[in-house]
Amino acid sequence: MKTVKGKEALVYLLFGFWALINLFPVYWMFTFSLKSNEEIFGANVAGLPKEWLWSNYTEAMTTGNMGRYFLNSTIIAVITIIIVLLVSMMATFALTRFIWKGRKKMNSFFMLGLTIPIHAAIVPIYILISRLHWINTYQALIIPYAAFSLAMGILICTGFMTELPIDLDEAACIDGCGVWGIFFRIIVPLMKPAVAAISIYTFLQCWNELMFATIFISDGVHRTLPVGVQALAGQYMKRWGPIGAAMVMATFPMLLAYVFLSRKIQDSFIAGAVKG
Amino acid sequence: MTKLYSNKVNIMLFILPALFLFFLILVAPIFVSGYYSLFDWNGFGEKTFIGLENFRELFTSKSIGFKKALGNSLLLAFFSVFVQLPISLGFALLLGRGRKGERAFLSIYFAPVLISTVVIGQLWLKIYNPSYGILNVVLRAIGLDGWAKIWLGEVETALGAAFIPTLWQYVGYHMLLMYAAIKSVPTEYREAAMIDGANEGQVNRYIVIPYIKPILKVCTIFAVTGSLKSFDLIYVLTNGAPLHSTEVPSTLMISMLFLRNRYGMGSTIALLLIVLCFAFALIIEAIFRGKEDR
Repeated sequence: MKTVKGKEALVYLLFGFWALINLFPVYWMFTFSLKSNEEIFGANVAGLPKEWLWSNYTEAMTTGNMGRYFLNSTIIAVITIIIVLLVSMMATFALTRFIWKGRKKMNSFFMLGLTIPIHAAIVPIYILISRLHWINTYQALIIPYAAFSLAMGILICTGFMTELPIDLDEAACIDGCGVWGIFFRIIVPLMKPAVAAISIYTFLQCWNELMFATIFISDGVHRTLPVGVQALAGQYMKRWGPIGAAMVMATFPMLLAYVFLSRKIQDSFIAGAVKG
Repeated sequence: MTKLYSNKVNIMLFILPALFLFFLILVAPIFVSGYYSLFDWNGFGEKTFIGLENFRELFTSKSIGFKKALGNSLLLAFFSVFVQLPISLGFALLLGRGRKGERAFLSIYFAPVLISTVVIGQLWLKIYNPSYGILNVVLRAIGLDGWAKIWLGEVETALGAAFIPTLWQYVGYHMLLMYAAIKSVPTEYREAAMIDGANEGQVNRYIVIPYIKPILKVCTIFAVTGSLKSFDLIYVLTNGAPLHSTEVPSTLMISMLFLRNRYGMGSTIALLLIVLCFAFALIIEAIFRGKEDR
């Protein structure tokens, strides 16, 4: 019995050690975002800040323009989510409710999208976007992000939509609803769990994306958070405080959401892998 | 009802937006990339048809160094499969057996996945900073001054230093997938084995691991294709420097496109990446299927 207890203690020691490895960089980021250079570079490398320097945050907001980038990232994420939700629900409706030849094939065709890497398409998309004069616009990112989240949207929707009994549609049909009526009044309101899962997945996809965001946006007006942090880090080589503040600003919405929705967020990742 | 649901016009209306987006952004570009890969083209002027010359140059030219870049990403794939996945599996097995606080620990381990790769990269840049980074500060504090290095600036250490954050960030991701699969193992299986006198290690080896094989396959595919495609962290940490020692195919592709304006060559790399990803996915599928037959 004693050895079992000893073994359990070892397991927890290991858990604690690994938790430390995972949390330390984040903790360090939070602390140095509030420190002066003297503290970061010598007096107080890893401890809590002695003097809480909130001015780092004001500097990241004003000189670093992080507020603007935050807004840009939010606008892009929200519009992308709306497009993915609407388009994938419509497609899933056609794929699961309607009776037509080739719908199975069409479904597997969409599922190919789960495996296509985002880099694969970069040259043609870049040329398309520059021909349309969309460089430095929100839609330059929204449209590709939406397209790349679509396969997952359809996958998640299919799971939920096939569970809705067809009797619902029939009842609505008898009451005089057309297809659009059935779709918007019956199906869409019952898809709430799918909406949550798809929104989380899509949000994560666009909030952190770097490659397209670096290449399709070159001006400061439309820049997203990841590119903004990267640019700021280039400007402030020698001053870590404001960079830390910018990194915290880019990270905290995600971590805050995670504290409240950890189960939901984890589930959306699992859903993606099980079929993918 | 049947009439309503077999109306061709309605079907088209509902499926078209998805089909249009999908075709425009995912499907057509792959074929267009294939087409561009046969040309020498700077992006705006005349295209010159050169057949498979780009592919030949890619694999023979020393100055491009594609073989080195591909080797680097395969090395990352190797570490990902043989170091990262075993760590994830070990923790998933320990957590999945039903211990107090397992959910809380899992949530902590998964958190790095949600943080933007730019932030992770910038953080590690600061950890590795030669004069003020926490790594060298700690090494000097415990008297190992000789071990302190310019981690990302020296050819010998740069690749390893660039890999560690990549591996570190996604341990929790694989762990989550494995944990979810382990939790779906029916408790009767576990109990039956325990009654037969199996210890925790034996239960894991003969009951749990065979049961979660499908998810192990998915994790392996993700680990390998993810390594082949890796871009963000390398771009932030080194962008291929020093002396191209940390170059991976994606960073090479971006520099071909936007520094040297070689769109044909960039497309060639893009195309090779997709083909490689699909090929490795198929190979891994086959390996796992072969194991099941035996």
